[in-house]
Amino acid sequence: MQQPIVSVKDIHKSFGAVEVLKGISFDVANGEVICIIGPSGSGKSTILRCINGLLPIDRGSIRVANFQVEKLTADRDIIALRKEVSIVFQQYNLYPHKSALANIMMAPVHVLKEDPREVEARAIALLAKVRLQDKAESYPGELSGGQQQRVAIARALAMRPEIILFDEVTAALDPETVGDVLLTIRELAEEGMTCILVTHEMGFAREVADRMYFTDGGVIVERGAPAEFFSNPRHERTKAFLSKIL
Amino acid sequence: MSLRPLPVGTDLPVLLPPATALAKRAAQERLLGNPIATLDPRHAALLFAAFVCAAAYAQAQAPVSQPPIIDTIWKWTPLLGTGFAFNIAISALAMAIGTAFGTLLGLAQVSRKNAVRKVAWFVTNFFRNAPWLVLLFYCMFLLPFKVTIFGVSVPLPDWVKATFGLSLPVMANMSEIVRGAVQSIPSGQWESAASFAFTRRQTLWMIILPQCIKRMLPPWMNLYSILTVGTVLVSVVGVSEVMTLTGDVLASENRADLLMPFYFYILAWFFLYCYPIARWTVHLERRYAVNF
Repeated sequence: MQQPIVSVKDIHKSFGAVEVLKGISFDVANGEVICIIGPSGSGKSTILRCINGLLPIDRGSIRVANFQVEKLTADRDIIALRKEVSIVFQQYNLYPHKSALANIMMAPVHVLKEDPREVEARAIALLAKVRLQDKAESYPGELSGGQQQRVAIARALAMRPEIILFDEVTAALDPETVGDVLLTIRELAEEGMTCILVTHEMGFAREVADRMYFTDGGVIVERGAPAEFFSNPRHERTKAFLSKIL
Repeated sequence: MSLRPLPVGTDLPVLLPPATALAKRAAQERLLGNPIATLDPRHAALLFAAFVCAAAYAQAQAPVSQPPIIDTIWKWTPLLGTGFAFNIAISALAMAIGTAFGTLLGLAQVSRKNAVRKVAWFVTNFFRNAPWLVLLFYCMFLLPFKVTIFGVSVPLPDWVKATFGLSLPVMANMSEIVRGAVQSIPSGQWESAASFAFTRRQTLWMIILPQCIKRMLPPWMNLYSILTVGTVLVSVVGVSEVMTLTGDVLASENRADLLMPFYFYILAWFFLYCYPIARWTVHLERRYAVNF
């Protein structure tokens, strides 16, 4: 087997006295789509934030591509890591004072110091990819939740990452626009982008995931291929969770 | 941003009209995130009426041998005008200095370095809570009348010292406006900027502060209105602005009946200058309240 692009080994993370992650380990191969599900507060979002170094870990190790995440300190290295790993947030977090196009262009131009004309061409292509080519000059406040989230995905793609982390990206959307966002994610998955999704969309997870993880209480309770995971879960906790949610 | 409307009204019939009005006002202020400016055209009408009454009353009391009051006021208007222009100049300069240093101080208040944050907090609160007049006196008496930089003597006239004195409380209030605005930006903006590897400086200047300007504009203009009215304080330390000149004029005319009309006249000028600013502030508040 080829070397995994993300390798998480026994990570621990506490917020004050609360230990949120109590030894999480998993590998993600290049081009793989993994879905992490679990009850609220089980540390799913924290795992994502640790992977791209937004949150420092207390113990364990995280390797992403050639970076040992917990050891990065220099700005240059962190920029290099963030170029590999983009994250899309539940609340989109677009910059409200910039147009959709400017939102996408900002990080490549100002962080990666790329040529603005080149970045603009790429940003326009990305907007077309998320089917928002006519919204380039719109401001986030003028877009629906689903449109904002697709701009956020385009913004993440503009960094040309190897891996994208999706943090409950459809949780804040109204049901009508969820479909458009999921379609965009599925297209990415089919193109071979490595994706780590935290989601509550079970039907979607079953369809796109190569591997499922169920977390509860800061540990991974169960893992497996989606067909097996959904139809024949082994652990009682997983069964209870799935029976409630499906 | 979704806002639940406050329940309007009360079960206590006695309290009904004021309670309803207060609840309505509170709901509006919640939407604005700021107190509503209370100046409206009725105040202008009232002020004008007071001026006319004072002038008419004084005229009725005046001995026949004296020239009419309106003529006296008109005669001194050019002089008072230069004084008023001086007030505006002092207010603009103090505002510029206060805004520049206040912004830096405000950013220091949200610094990641604990020591910087604490010092900035102390400076802000010291100058914000000191009476303006006390700060003015300190500047008048503690600053030298000239400073020598690289062998060049720069004189510091009284009005410059007074301007520094006024810019201190402006700086402190500006610092709080900046701190409040920066902290009111949702944490998701910081997190998203960090996930794209923007440095802290880039995040502040390119992402956070541009969003703050909209929020800072109304309280900043409010502060300017207060400062403009506050410039008459410098008359106490002998700068020849409009209040000082009015006092001089009254002394030279030596007529007690002129007192009321003259002060109402000056009041009207300040109203005419500050009122459009206040209205514009309200307009901006409304405009930007719905945007976020």
